[in-house]
Amino acid sequence: FLTCAYFVFLFRYLISYLFSCPCLRSFVNYEVKEDVAVIRMNDPNSKVNTLSVQMQTEMTEVFNEVLANNAVQSAVLISSKPGCFIAGADINMIQACKTAEEVTKLSQEGQKMFERIENSPKPIVAAINGSCLGGGLEFAIACQYRVATKSKKTVLGTPEVMLGLLPGAGGTQRLPKMVGIPGAFDMMLTGKNIRADKAKKMGLVHQLVDPLGPGLKSPEERTIEYLEEVAIQCAKDIVNKKIALTRKKGLMQKAQDYVLGIEFVRQQIYKTVTGKVMKMSKGLYPAPLKIIETVKAGLEQGPDSGYLAEAQNFGKLAMTSESNALIGLYHGQVACKKNRFGVPERPVKNLAILGAGLMGAGIAQVTVDKGINTILKDTMVDGLSRGQQQVYKGFNDKTKKKTITSFERDSILSSLTGQLDYKGFEKVDMVIEAVFEDLNIKHKVIKEVEAVISPHCIFATNTSALPIKDIAAASKRPEKVIGMHYFSPVDKMQLLEIITTDKTSKDTTASAVAVGLKQGKVIIVVGDGPGFYTTRCLAPMLAEAVRVLQEGVDPKKLDALTTGFGFPVGAATLADEVGIDVAAHVAEDLGKAFGSRFGGGNVEVLKTMVEKGFKGRKSGKGCYVYTPGLKSKDVNPDLEDLLEKYKLAANPSVSSDSDVQFRLVSRFVNEAVMCLQEGILNGPVEGDIGAVFGLGFPPCLGGPFRFVDTFGADKLVEKMRRFEHVYGNQFTPCQLLLDHAKDSNKRFQN
Amino acid sequence: MASMLMNPLRSCPPVNAAWAVQYATRSLSTSVHLHAQVQTKSKKTLAKPGVKNIVLVDGVRTPFLTSGTTYADLMPHDLARAALQGLLHRTSLPKDAVDYVIYGTVIQEVKTSNVAREASLGAGFSDKIPCHTVTMACISSNVAMTTGAGMIAAGQCDAIVAGGVEFMSDVPIRHSRKMRKTMLALNRAKTLGQRLSLIGSIRMAHLTPELPAVAEFSTAETMGHSADRLAAAFGVSRLEQDEFALRSHTLAKQAQDSGLLSDVISFKVPGRDMVSKDNGIRPSSMEQLAKLKPAFIKPHGTVTAANSSFLTDGASAVLIMSEEKALAMGYKPKAYLRDFVYVSQDPKDQLLLGPTYGTPKVLERAGLTMNDIDVFEFHEAFAGQIMANLKAMDSDWFAQTYMGRKTKVGTPPMEKFNLWGGSLSLGHPFGATGCRLVTTVAHRLQKEGGQYGLVAACAAGGQGHAMVIEAYPQ
Repeated sequence: FLTCAYFVFLFRYLISYLFSCPCLRSFVNYEVKEDVAVIRMNDPNSKVNTLSVQMQTEMTEVFNEVLANNAVQSAVLISSKPGCFIAGADINMIQACKTAEEVTKLSQEGQKMFERIENSPKPIVAAINGSCLGGGLEFAIACQYRVATKSKKTVLGTPEVMLGLLPGAGGTQRLPKMVGIPGAFDMMLTGKNIRADKAKKMGLVHQLVDPLGPGLKSPEERTIEYLEEVAIQCAKDIVNKKIALTRKKGLMQKAQDYVLGIEFVRQQIYKTVTGKVMKMSKGLYPAPLKIIETVKAGLEQGPDSGYLAEAQNFGKLAMTSESNALIGLYHGQVACKKNRFGVPERPVKNLAILGAGLMGAGIAQVTVDKGINTILKDTMVDGLSRGQQQVYKGFNDKTKKKTITSFERDSILSSLTGQLDYKGFEKVDMVIEAVFEDLNIKHKVIKEVEAVISPHCIFATNTSALPIKDIAAASKRPEKVIGMHYFSPVDKMQLLEIITTDKTSKDTTASAVAVGLKQGKVIIVVGDGPGFYTTRCLAPMLAEAVRVLQEGVDPKKLDALTTGFGFPVGAATLADEVGIDVAAHVAEDLGKAFGSRFGGGNVEVLKTMVEKGFKGRKSGKGCYVYTPGLKSKDVNPDLEDLLEKYKLAANPSVSSDSDVQFRLVSRFVNEAVMCLQEGILNGPVEGDIGAVFGLGFPPCLGGPFRFVDTFGADKLVEKMRRFEHVYGNQFTPCQLLLDHAKDSNKRFQN
Repeated sequence: MASMLMNPLRSCPPVNAAWAVQYATRSLSTSVHLHAQVQTKSKKTLAKPGVKNIVLVDGVRTPFLTSGTTYADLMPHDLARAALQGLLHRTSLPKDAVDYVIYGTVIQEVKTSNVAREASLGAGFSDKIPCHTVTMACISSNVAMTTGAGMIAAGQCDAIVAGGVEFMSDVPIRHSRKMRKTMLALNRAKTLGQRLSLIGSIRMAHLTPELPAVAEFSTAETMGHSADRLAAAFGVSRLEQDEFALRSHTLAKQAQDSGLLSDVISFKVPGRDMVSKDNGIRPSSMEQLAKLKPAFIKPHGTVTAANSSFLTDGASAVLIMSEEKALAMGYKPKAYLRDFVYVSQDPKDQLLLGPTYGTPKVLERAGLTMNDIDVFEFHEAFAGQIMANLKAMDSDWFAQTYMGRKTKVGTPPMEKFNLWGGSLSLGHPFGATGCRLVTTVAHRLQKEGGQYGLVAACAAGGQGHAMVIEAYPQ
């Protein structure tokens, strides 16, 4: 009897060994705790989990075993990675497909897998800690129950729309049922991240778990363990019927369901949402419209049509140039969040900013909450006080939105020192000056600062057009001088353009990039020259915009033409935002540097505007009149008279709406390509990222370089030649562009 | 409890430390339990040359009552006054014989914000005695005592009354900030028109009151919630917490029944009956405790109403003197107050770990080891908090990662730990608990014949306190 029992034991051990051997599977594993299967995901090759082919294959295997295992009553799905549940589908898997049909097939496989999860006779609890996005969210909502940690890292969302796609594994069909039609549209059309507490309120997760502090293990490790314990208990309680899966609906919920049950109301919702999308996207982005269409198909024609529409539309979207462009930007952004210059010799712990204006205060705001002691120095009490208020307001707004507590705000601001003198500058590791754009002032400042700082301290200058080598000319240590061009408003604009001169040391660059990355910026590092990269691309476009105005197109029409091409902000509005005085200054400077190629509109138009006090939004008047508190704006009536004085006759052969658009865009693009040709740019990726994130180049086109690839260099050159014929050398295509036009195999991006 | 059975045996107190060793050695043959007492101490006494000896002459407290019961109609200073009068009575102290009165309190009644002064005047102390009030959450009366000790050590005073009071039956509930602003503006309004327009500006939202919460200002987290997270972080189970809570209530009941809680004075509450016993001691069963639902983290939390300390009304008072003064006045002190420390940590994730951080620090300061301590009195805020602290003290990893120590602190043996109940069962009037802990250590040292005792407590704000107490040679 004993031997028999021993053999049974041995046999079982062998079987269980065979089935749970970790060497067989490296992405997904499971362990049975009492009668709950704990399925753990952990991509061994990455910091995040994605629904890659291997992950899916192993998941299916594990799921089959769990279903077949009689000792298992329920399951918990959890990630072993501290900051990530599943970050989404594997983009490369989609990009590897050549046809829409292939992508549709991928989608259908995903749909099938999640349908099995949804219909699983054994309840599955998704235990979410960290990002649960895209395909990860679709997986989670196919499970019977969701528990999430209240950690700041835990975010749920469907960001597919930002990649020009739609949730293609049942998301468009399940979300409306789960969070209601308006909530589902909001999630899928904006792609925004939803924090755990909000997700609970929306009905996206059932239960929340608090993140834990130090205990007998590290907080991260123990928090995952705790989440698992709670999820296991939930799984057991579902089996014991202590937790009911059908939730009692509140009165509001019932009322909403009733209203949305009326077809007329639903039609109205589709109409309103479509209207909003068209207004926002100008119809340039196909994904949001397809999302609406797909949701509609499911709700109006039943799930079969819905799932089919989802898979087919997913396939179609994956083949669009817009999706390709957006995915390109995503990859570019990831690349520009890395420091290719290595680790700096000493980290910047103390930083000083000169000038508490909009820029200076903005830089302070993005620095002070990153554990860097920040000095904000100005020469005037009023200016300093205004700047400090700006920083305070930035953080106070966050407390109002409850992203930080008032205590965190106070604690962050305790690292900010406002002062009028150079006290404490000897301890500073980096100085960023954001004083007035005047070479003499910058020289004065650099000399003053170098007298008080220690030898290792880096001097960064925030300028939008002055060549860094000219500024560095006043420095005793040009290897420590670098340009850091921030974009206004600093806390909102993601881009930072870092400019190095021939003399800037590699360590100085590494340090500047490290600071920029800490500040949360997407960074391009470019060579020195008038206007560097971004300003240099923008200037010809604005010069062309002035000419268009002079030719009698009114600002509203100009804005409509540019936004119609995909720019988020119209050219006239952009000029007002940048400041007419700045635009005039830049136009004049770059005009001197580059000559007639930067001509077009008359600089005097801008100068006269400045003289009359039309400096843009900051002065209340520019191309438009701004009334505080009012969102709508009217065209500045005085501008018309002014333009009348500088009126140019429009040549009808190059003045159609489309021609005007291409006149504006081709000058931008040509200058960008020239920057690559001259070595100002390190590569097309940085060029695209800089143009989109710094200047609002249409994201659906993916940036000037990708635009040349998709539109065709030859076609662009052809248009430019036509404009060149009328206007001259401002439209002469640069050599690199001509090379690409000649050889259609040449491409900037893959 | 074995130790209690031994009490009669030890009730004839040793005359001096040397005698204590002899006495203990002699009993070695008769009792295995007493073996612990035989261990030679690291130090014979903690007296330091050139440093004044500070003694606890005596300590008393009002009965601790669940808030909203017999004390409901009083005010905080009434309770403090009762404790002071009790102390006067117990020590026969002349009403002008102390130099200073210090009280600790947490939730302040605005009318008596210096509650020490109001209580002292009301208790009949001379109006020439200055008084002040201190606050440091649950260790407020510890601060009152150590402040007094500091004044004596500095040679500024010879005799101090320290105490603490908390009155949770009535707390200041305020008008909303909007309403307060309007009312203050109304005060300054000059014309009828101005007044009417201000009154007219009052909306429903103005009438929402502001309630005080036992929550951290910095994190907005209630203490129970934090305790539940702490328990989870250290893997303290619901069962462990319920067991510890039951232990506390059982021991408190035994102590109460056998008359060990001699610091409690009787208090005739105006318009009500005479109160002479704590009323929150409720030994229950594990089954009963298991039935309760979590009070803070729902539905999966482990901290319940039964394994947390409850809202309590109560006051305490101690008489502290320099040794010479006490002897000159003919007192026989109960204990020496020796080294003490205050510690503080992260108020979010380590809110209640004060004892873990304070214990090794004060022991090192005193030159003692865990084995030297005969009596442990830790403040029991939550059963989960005590268990978490015990686990933290038992963890090398925690000591190395968070405390910068090479090895773990070590845990107090349970047979020396909170043997007469604790805050979970006796009650926890925030401001008054510290004096109860110190007095209890002194009394237990006398009863159990030990030499050194240790008080440790956690407090809101992520702070903590620990103090070493040495028995006064009898």
